[in-house]
Amino acid sequence: MERYTAVRMIGAGALMTTAALILAGCGQGFDGDSGGGATDSGDLTSSDDALTIMIGSSGEAETAAVEDAVAAWSEDSGLDAEVVAATNLSQELAQGFAAGSPPDLFYLSTDQLAGFVDNGSVRAYGDLLDNKDDFYPSLVANFTIDDEFVCAPKDFSTLALIINTTLWADAGLTDADVPTTWDELATVAQTLTTDGRVGLAFGAEYQRVGAFMAEAGGRLVDEAGTEAVADSSENVEALTYVKDHLADGSFAFAADIGAGWGGEAFGKQQAAMVIEGNWITGGLSADYPDVEYTVAELPEGPAGQGTLQFTNCWGMAADSPNQEGALDLVEYLTSTEQQLAFSDAFGPMPSIESAAADWEEANPEFAPFLAGSAYAIGIPTNVGIAEVITDFNAQLESLATGDPQQILQSVQSNLEAVVGG
Amino acid sequence: MTTTASAPRRGGSSAGIRRGEGLAGWLFTLPIIVILGLFLFIPVLMALWVSFSDWSGRGSPLSSNVSFVGGENYAAITSGGGLAERNFGIALRNNAWYVLLVVPLQTALSLFLAVLVNRAVLRGRGFFRTAFYFPSVTSSVAITVLWLFLFSTTGVINEALSWIGINGPNWFNDPRGILHIALGAGGGSGPEALTSSGFLGITWWEWLAGPSVALTALIFMAVFTTSGTFMLLFLAALQNIGVELNEAAMMDGANAWQRFWLITLPQLRPTLFTVLTLGLIGCWQVFDQIYTGTQGAPGKTTITPAYLSYTSAFTDQQWGIGAAISFILFLIIIVFTIFQRWALRERAVSRRRRRPYQQAVAAAEARKVGAS
Repeated sequence: MERYTAVRMIGAGALMTTAALILAGCGQGFDGDSGGGATDSGDLTSSDDALTIMIGSSGEAETAAVEDAVAAWSEDSGLDAEVVAATNLSQELAQGFAAGSPPDLFYLSTDQLAGFVDNGSVRAYGDLLDNKDDFYPSLVANFTIDDEFVCAPKDFSTLALIINTTLWADAGLTDADVPTTWDELATVAQTLTTDGRVGLAFGAEYQRVGAFMAEAGGRLVDEAGTEAVADSSENVEALTYVKDHLADGSFAFAADIGAGWGGEAFGKQQAAMVIEGNWITGGLSADYPDVEYTVAELPEGPAGQGTLQFTNCWGMAADSPNQEGALDLVEYLTSTEQQLAFSDAFGPMPSIESAAADWEEANPEFAPFLAGSAYAIGIPTNVGIAEVITDFNAQLESLATGDPQQILQSVQSNLEAVVGG
Repeated sequence: MTTTASAPRRGGSSAGIRRGEGLAGWLFTLPIIVILGLFLFIPVLMALWVSFSDWSGRGSPLSSNVSFVGGENYAAITSGGGLAERNFGIALRNNAWYVLLVVPLQTALSLFLAVLVNRAVLRGRGFFRTAFYFPSVTSSVAITVLWLFLFSTTGVINEALSWIGINGPNWFNDPRGILHIALGAGGGSGPEALTSSGFLGITWWEWLAGPSVALTALIFMAVFTTSGTFMLLFLAALQNIGVELNEAAMMDGANAWQRFWLITLPQLRPTLFTVLTLGLIGCWQVFDQIYTGTQGAPGKTTITPAYLSYTSAFTDQQWGIGAAISFILFLIIIVFTIFQRWALRERAVSRRRRRPYQQAVAAAEARKVGAS
């Protein structure tokens, strides 16, 4: 009896000791440099280590273009570099940061930016870039956190009005009828609305409806990013305008007419116009090559022109052993020449002003997207804001029967919790 | 390992020949203890620690700059008053309705199918058994994609509904609760008594909304995919039941319905417990259908605690809250399982007949004592 118990005790003790050792081992393994701040400028790490670049690719074309560019840089610099196309970028990044071995460079979206800066995973390097003055100011603002330019914008897209030219002509409309005001937009949408087709469709999300808010002069968070301003008369006016036209049937949310997104509604000709960004052009030529369309700037609202911009940056890991090499690669990847090559391969607009003229010349039909950069506002980047926007989107889905004022009030109180009133 | 087996050892006389047996036992079980410890026990402990810490997802959660924050993460989702609490409330609401509908439906359907294919007179039993089991062996991702097509606005389901004059809903984009729709209040506001107060950040009126139309489609899917597996469990149990009791009941004049309820079903109790427990655990952990299918849309009516835990951690970098959600989920599952064990416990006789039975037992005992 006693020996039996003793053996059991020894076994349990051994197990606990092993567990404790393993736990302690885990702790020590990662401790090393996790105190390194993302906020210090200067002194980047430097070594001969190979770089890993993780991208969330839209498809073969993008992966191949990035691989080619990185291979060319590799040859110039003599540093090895490998491109990894992640299947679930945010999950794989989080795993890398937790394990202390993240990729050196990676695509970083605006909604993940603040969280990773906040926990020290990302190294801010914007001010060290040689070409930092070439980036569009609105993009730099989008990637600036606490007055620090964190990472180089990779490229960007803006929203514009996509018009089906066949349906447009069939409805007796001409080039002169392209809407420039909200009233004109409502009129042409009404004209284009037929049985089984709506005039204008867009996704039920802030990422589309927000363009109307921008045109009315409203925002979710003020320009400095420190105050919640969702519950404003401008935003109420914008949501009321959308709600009224959802009600009269000339506007519709893509999901409500059975489409996954605006591009699908447009391609299937369930909508004569949609509000979408640059990415729609690739989708249409791949899936609906027969649909003829033209791109126009979004019409002016009560406060003038407005649109939203979407962008990713090249995030650099704080734990990267070769940040100097990574910085050099970023400068190469954001150079005029390289960005034009990317644009040619998979469609986004260059994030630097020196490439604008060339881009416009190469893509005259998409010039309205680029024109939007002059007045576009970015998606707010505060910590925790992604959740607030998700909640806002959930409420927008029932905007047709909801109360704009009430929706914005709840968004305001959620926003105040993350950015302060 | 039973006491009777180890009894001789306690005498001490036979210790010599059996020396080292315990050690050998530990040695044999060591590989599995190490594997389970490394991949199950330690990760669970680490997650438990994360749920009480302010770990932000960078470096090890055991490093020196992660600190203990007490119940802060748990407080944020149960009483914070913010979005985190509301999201958790919505996720629990959705999942509770999901469990409430899926568990009884899948159990009843699988039992029904098992009884059908167990009948000796059925032609082509093998075919039906395979057919009913088929959805269970198909990957849930594939079935989710299939479901998205079937239930799209212009999909097969709505087409079929239109043949009988029903204008089908916009399934995966309809956030209205089915109880609200039944009450004719889809989207509108409810009575003051229910909307003025609530629990976990959402009002009683919202708790009572029922599953949304989108979630209802997922409920159908869960019933469709799991019934086959559980049918197999019931089938195995049915084939283990001897025919004697049934024949005896037949002699007593019981009809088929009575024989099923009073003879067959009570004998299936252990299997019923297994099926209900597995169903309950599976339902509270629903994740892949949400992740691949709806991602919480429309209107957050398909977020579940498991999915919320994932997004809190991986998308919003709120690792502590994500871990706290999963531990609350764990507690919920444990409590439900214990409750179910208690509800389905073996009773000698039903409550109604207990007293005469106990009297009879007592009398028999008395006789036995008197005889000896």
